[in-house]
Amino acid sequence: MTGNTSPGATARTAASTPALHARGVTKVYRSGTMEVHALRGVDLDLIVSELIVLVGASGSGKSTLLNILGGLDQPTSGDVHFGQLDLTACDDAALTRYRRDHVGFVFQFYNLIPSLTAEENVALVTEIADDPMAPGEALDLVGLGDRRNHFPAQLSGGEQQRVAIARAIAKRPQILLCDEPTGALDSQTGVRVLEAIERVNKELGATTALITHNAGISDMADRVVSFADGRIAQVRVNAHKRPAREITW
Amino acid sequence: MVTLQMNALNRKLMRDLWRLRGQIIAVALVIASGIAVMIMSLSTMESLDETARAYYERYRFADVFATVKRAPEHLSGRIAEIPGVQSVETRIAQSAILDIDGFEEPVLGFIVSIPERGAPLLNRLHLRAGRMVAPGRPDEVVVRESFALAHGLAPGDSLEAILNGHLRRLTVVGIALSPEFVYAIGRGALMPDDKRFAVLWMGRESLAAAFDLDGAFNDVALSLLRGTRPQEVIDRLDRILARYGGIGAVERADQISNWFLMNEIEQLRTMSGILPSIFLTVAAFLTNMVMARLIATEREEIGLLKAFGYTNWAVARHYMKMVGAMSGLGIAIGWAAGFWLGRLNTRLYAENFDFPFLLYRPSTAVFVSVALLSLAIALLGGLGAVRRAAALPPAEAMRPPAPPAYRRTWVSRMPGHWLDQPTRIILRQALRWPLRSFMTAAGIAMSVAVMITALQWLDAIDRMIDVHFMQAQRQDVSLALAEPQSREIVRDIARLPGVLSAEPFRSVAARLRAGTRHKRVSIEGVPQVPNLNLVYDAAERPLSVPPGGLVMSTKLAEVLGVGRGDMIRVEVLEDHRPIREVPILDLFETYIGTPVYMEIGALGRMMRERPAVNGAHLLIDPLDKPAFFRAVKETPEVSGLALRQAAIDTFDETMGEMLLIFVSFFSGFAATLAVGTTYNSARIALSERGRDLATLRVLGFSRGEVSYILLGEVAILTLLAMPLGCLAGYGLAWVMTNAFDTELFRVPLILAPSTYGFAVLFGLAAAVVTAALVRLRVDHLDLIAVLKTRE
Ligand SMILES: Nc1ncnc2c1ncn2[C@@H]1O[C@H](COP(=O)(O)OP(=O)(O)O)[C@@H](O)[C@H]1O
Ligand SMILES: [Mg+2]
Repeated sequence: MTGNTSPGATARTAASTPALHARGVTKVYRSGTMEVHALRGVDLDLIVSELIVLVGASGSGKSTLLNILGGLDQPTSGDVHFGQLDLTACDDAALTRYRRDHVGFVFQFYNLIPSLTAEENVALVTEIADDPMAPGEALDLVGLGDRRNHFPAQLSGGEQQRVAIARAIAKRPQILLCDEPTGALDSQTGVRVLEAIERVNKELGATTALITHNAGISDMADRVVSFADGRIAQVRVNAHKRPAREITW
Repeated sequence: MVTLQMNALNRKLMRDLWRLRGQIIAVALVIASGIAVMIMSLSTMESLDETARAYYERYRFADVFATVKRAPEHLSGRIAEIPGVQSVETRIAQSAILDIDGFEEPVLGFIVSIPERGAPLLNRLHLRAGRMVAPGRPDEVVVRESFALAHGLAPGDSLEAILNGHLRRLTVVGIALSPEFVYAIGRGALMPDDKRFAVLWMGRESLAAAFDLDGAFNDVALSLLRGTRPQEVIDRLDRILARYGGIGAVERADQISNWFLMNEIEQLRTMSGILPSIFLTVAAFLTNMVMARLIATEREEIGLLKAFGYTNWAVARHYMKMVGAMSGLGIAIGWAAGFWLGRLNTRLYAENFDFPFLLYRPSTAVFVSVALLSLAIALLGGLGAVRRAAALPPAEAMRPPAPPAYRRTWVSRMPGHWLDQPTRIILRQALRWPLRSFMTAAGIAMSVAVMITALQWLDAIDRMIDVHFMQAQRQDVSLALAEPQSREIVRDIARLPGVLSAEPFRSVAARLRAGTRHKRVSIEGVPQVPNLNLVYDAAERPLSVPPGGLVMSTKLAEVLGVGRGDMIRVEVLEDHRPIREVPILDLFETYIGTPVYMEIGALGRMMRERPAVNGAHLLIDPLDKPAFFRAVKETPEVSGLALRQAAIDTFDETMGEMLLIFVSFFSGFAATLAVGTTYNSARIALSERGRDLATLRVLGFSRGEVSYILLGEVAILTLLAMPLGCLAGYGLAWVMTNAFDTELFRVPLILAPSTYGFAVLFGLAAAVVTAALVRLRVDHLDLIAVLKTRE
């Protein structure tokens, strides 16, 4: 396969089926008379088990799209499907259901519950999931099996973020969404976090979308989607994925 | 525009106030409640006091009162010579049975003489309608207003009275009030009964003629020169009057009507202390909670301000202003509510007391001092938090606070795999700040306690009625005779129609003296084992009264500082005025009054008289009541009667009305406490955990599940508060009943299970309503903001 450079185009092979399917997605924020066009018509399919990285200038609409794909927000117009499920037709309860059953989130600032230990933070999610892995297993997967009884305040930033990843993947989500997961971390720690994401993507087959400012990180993606001014400016397919371990910045 | 002149900090202040308006209003309402109760009680107290003072002065309420059997008029000259006496007014005062057209029961009348010409020197009447009696018209009377109202009497109407055994038809010419009868109750009654007790004023000459007291008096009132000690005058007066059947003069403070009024004022004073302390304490805590939280969320701003060069003091002042604004709002609401409630309350009190005018002019001093007090308490409450803000080093403030450090505690170690994570969050949160949790629970508990205290009065009154009227009194009617009579009259009384059984009693005025303490009492002579009017201990134990000593109420023993087995000096104030040392044989607990009993035969022997009685307690066949009443009206010896059922009814009615108002005030205040505390802790929980909760929403938790985490803590604290509140309620009720322990009433500390139950339900309901209010906010959690911001 070669690089496909036409904006809005979708990589599609016979074997690949879209996990998420977005067409003509726009988002306009209105405040008073001001209108901000955060997304101006985005078409994007996330293929099952792929890892895509979203890059682009600050304010270009990456987070807005991720939030819509994750069922946190509704587009102003356009169409978003998760399999047969029309996300744009969902009410709050249905979107909650969708997030609960199918989506794992990793946030820039970890967002662990300070009053729960690492293991309990993971259990928080597994308790409400259908077919979760054991919290300990999820922590093992991110290399934190021995820190399960630590509270967030007793963990470093990188460790907290790995707990957050364990929490996101413990329910075996089809979709894993990470908005600048290494944004608050130094390079060394960031790499360990990326390794965890990479491993989860590979071993669990979760379709993963990862937003980053860091060009180096794009090397670990199957595809790199560049945003500019609310549109997809470019989609690049990586012929050779670089393992996260080899990335530095 | 004002905003243009405001500096940036003040603008921030305004915005903060607006943003936190819900919480600020909640705190303000609690402050307002405390202020309102305080102003209400103080202003009612002040108004009653001022009204009474003005009334007494304008209408020349006397300073000393004395009654005698019969004294020659010329004695007044000697009385006037007592040093310190300003003016003397001799009078005739008599009890009589009245017959009102269309009212079956006999009415107890108290007739006081007034000069036929000119106004009385002392105890002047305030004429409401008609005129005073005219000379040469012996059948004219002026009647007390509330009695006239109760029977619809107007000038021109007439009524019948048995004066000294003669039936007389009297014409009402005037309706009046008197400072002597601001609170008017018949002998032995507990509550005013305007239908069955009347005060009439008659011309001196016609009253003298009716009672064979020409050239004599049987009652005297004195006013004293400013600065005179009443006791010295009383001692001299008693010496002059002793041989004329004087039974001891009393000073104004002990005059029945005034005594009741002052008692009431005293109770208001008590009230103005206890409740506001609770409210203001809770308000201080809430202020602290709100301020601490606000300052915690504004660390960065504070750091920034300091980095810009604002001084610690400027920062502190900024937050103090916030506290000031919060209490300012509370003070304003409290002032308004207190003024309004005070007026309402004063009017209610005034209904029980007959004043010709009512001065409701609460002094500025009350408003200002209450405001300053609550402001000081609020600032004290906010002080800790504000000091933390001022002490925050700028660099430190710029760093977000480290995530609150949780450690493994017994909760996390509990073998509780059964605890789901949301429940763990709740428990750990509550235990992480145990003091705050406790204070929240305490705030809610206080609302339950206040409710219990209010409701306990209903239980207590029920109990008082039950013991005093139902268990201790078996008689239907008590008859009083105009003069003591030989015991044979009881047989005549027993022969009146409808009388099933009669039990005689003898009342003797006496002074009991123990060391330096003494008290004027009426010793009741009763059979050794009373069958109708029992000598009854509140612990539901009837006592017998063995001959040879006194059996007295514990309250009287307490007042005199004596106990069972002690000897006490009895100075009889009637007839031969014997003085004896007698033992105290037994004590008993009563809720009402300070009775003292002696076996009737022994009392007679002490009096050195042939067995005599002042009246009898009777059991009446209900079917024969009308005939009995008719007969009583025709029996000249009878000067008064008391109906047990009527006493219960007026007690119920008067107390019921007061209590209804009292309980509704308290419910309002209790609700404010509960809502104020719950709302603030739920809102603070929301602001502290908003980010966590939004995170959970992102992770797929539903609104309901997230609300559980938010409100679970409040729920746990509320549940914890319930037993705490019941305990505190018991304690508070104890304090209140003790504070209201007077010679008139002892309110028993009785708490029915239903009182606890109702108070708990009330507290829970307030919490649920508040929680529902905060729950709405969960729907507005900004999920996306969570992903962006750090805190
Ligand atoms: N809640 C909002 N209200 C108004 N404008 C918003 C909101 N969220 C994002 N925007 C605007 O939408 C645009 C895209 O934002 P975002 O998707 O966060 O960009 P990125 O993640 O690529 O930096 C920006 O101009 C931003 O200011
Ligand atoms: Mg972004």
